[in-house]
Amino acid sequence: MELLCPAGNLAALKTAIKAGADAIYLGLKDDTNARSFAGLNFTPEKLEEAARFTHGAGKKLYMTLNTFPKPGEEQRWYHAVDLAAKVNADALIVADLSLLDYASSRYPHIPLHLSVQASATNHGALSLYKQAFNIERAVLPRVLSMKQVRDLAKDSPVDLEVFAFGSLCIMAEGRCHLSSYVTGQSPNTGGSCSPANAVRWQEEDGNRMTRLNDVLIDKAKVNEQIGYPVVCKGRFTAEDSDSPSYLLESPTSLNTLSLLPELARAGVVSLKIEGRQRSPAYVEQVTRVWRAAIDTFMAAPERYQVQTQWDQALAKVSEGQVTTLGAYERQWQ
Amino acid sequence: MKLSLGPLLYCWEKSRVEDFYTQVAVTDIPLVYLGEAVCSRRRELTTGDYLQLARMLRDAGKNVVLSTLALIEAGGELTELKRQVDNGEFIIEANDMAGVFHARDAGLPFVCGPHINLYNAAAVRRLHDWGMQRFVMPVELSRNWLAKVLDDLGDIRPEVEVLGHGHIPLAHSARCFTARHRKLAKDGCKTICREYSSGLLVQTQENQPLLRLNGIQTQSAACVDLRGEWDAMAAMGVDYFRISPTDEKLPHMQQKPILNPMSCNGYWFGEAGIRQL
Repeated sequence: MELLCPAGNLAALKTAIKAGADAIYLGLKDDTNARSFAGLNFTPEKLEEAARFTHGAGKKLYMTLNTFPKPGEEQRWYHAVDLAAKVNADALIVADLSLLDYASSRYPHIPLHLSVQASATNHGALSLYKQAFNIERAVLPRVLSMKQVRDLAKDSPVDLEVFAFGSLCIMAEGRCHLSSYVTGQSPNTGGSCSPANAVRWQEEDGNRMTRLNDVLIDKAKVNEQIGYPVVCKGRFTAEDSDSPSYLLESPTSLNTLSLLPELARAGVVSLKIEGRQRSPAYVEQVTRVWRAAIDTFMAAPERYQVQTQWDQALAKVSEGQVTTLGAYERQWQ
Repeated sequence: MKLSLGPLLYCWEKSRVEDFYTQVAVTDIPLVYLGEAVCSRRRELTTGDYLQLARMLRDAGKNVVLSTLALIEAGGELTELKRQVDNGEFIIEANDMAGVFHARDAGLPFVCGPHINLYNAAAVRRLHDWGMQRFVMPVELSRNWLAKVLDDLGDIRPEVEVLGHGHIPLAHSARCFTARHRKLAKDGCKTICREYSSGLLVQTQENQPLLRLNGIQTQSAACVDLRGEWDAMAAMGVDYFRISPTDEKLPHMQQKPILNPMSCNGYWFGEAGIRQL
């Protein structure tokens, strides 16, 4: 099983590779990828350096082009594909039909991975992308139960990659408009979910109010641990109850260490760590733990057990220090 | 530009659904979409029941399209989708790429609903090549976006439909938020969403209406209302103005929208969707 780690910059990339990543994924410093936070990502020069370092270490580099080109500006996205080809990227992670078209016809030798933003959750959708663009792999949205992953893997026309650890996105990715509904900026069109410039914290009477483009997402005691404000993890009231609660989901992270054997048995080829926006320290911590877990499993699959120190190390870098199996576990749904 | 009626997104009892479409049959809306687009656990009406309603509407002179699920996860859902594609009488509205796959495979034309990501002319053209007759503009896009895409497409293009009135479907999850709110497991949900005939209203802690929870679907609390943009849309070449059924009666198209906190139109003007301009 491949351990695929995030790199928001060159420092994180080097850290990930030294800590045991088999492959890393990254994006350009613009809206051709859905993590266009200020200070993140790679210029064309840095991309070349990243490719040299990664390939020099015998590892793989995947380029993320997971937004949908804007009308009149398509050339920028096509240019990003050209850049990836120039540095010999080992795969392109793509969601948009026009980009899949462009990449598969111009560079048929570069493997295409269907981005999670394409929201393909079933055999029919995967077959379409396989037939039309010869994709090799698909990243599954975080909405399938373990049984559904297993069933899909049995007759999937392509390899499957799943999210193993990181921030928990609870909606079918690529088809969630909560961010643009509140802020006007959308992951699909190249902003990001809950862009930082729309976030505002203010203290009032011992409470901390978290606003996203002036919409109150949460109100917490000033000493309370709070997560990054996304609409789906806010505290709201329902029409039939006055007390605010996490009606959709609380701030929590996905951690599937305990599912590793099941994911391996299902034939999942790659485990993805979420967090290009996170620090090199996060990348190092998470990569080390997952490297150890995968190696332990591979050495003796039948004796695999999640070690307490792994969970403790991961809890430290988890949102709200709480982890969940998310949709993999039917109970969560 | 003509009117269309999108699929009913809420879980209403069978008799109420039948009454609703009996009323729709005598309206002057020429295009009607119907079918379960949100959750396969809702079984008030079967695909057979929807087909019967579809025939009734067709006999009343309507052009009818069968809407299919937005989130397809289980094998059973895929089997049902194939059955819908192969119904032999009506084309489908694909809300997932699996619908596109099966319609294309069967050589049948289809419509792409708002949940298919079509963000540029090249992507629209590709789907048109595969048999897409018409597409609903993704909900977060704007008038300017549409103008550019239509310009890029030129004369050879599929028809375009815009969600002009109704609560905006913003997201879909594996989790059923309605069941969770009522402390029920999804597998034992008792189709509790029947009790929320226009979803469960969610407000911020400052009482600002924000969302509507409709089972696994999350909608806007506010109702998008683009009736005031009718002429502009028609001039741009939009083919259909979609009304998404709400709990109330169908909107009067002659009335101009009334501005209030429960209406929104931001997306159309390139702003946050929640805004009313």
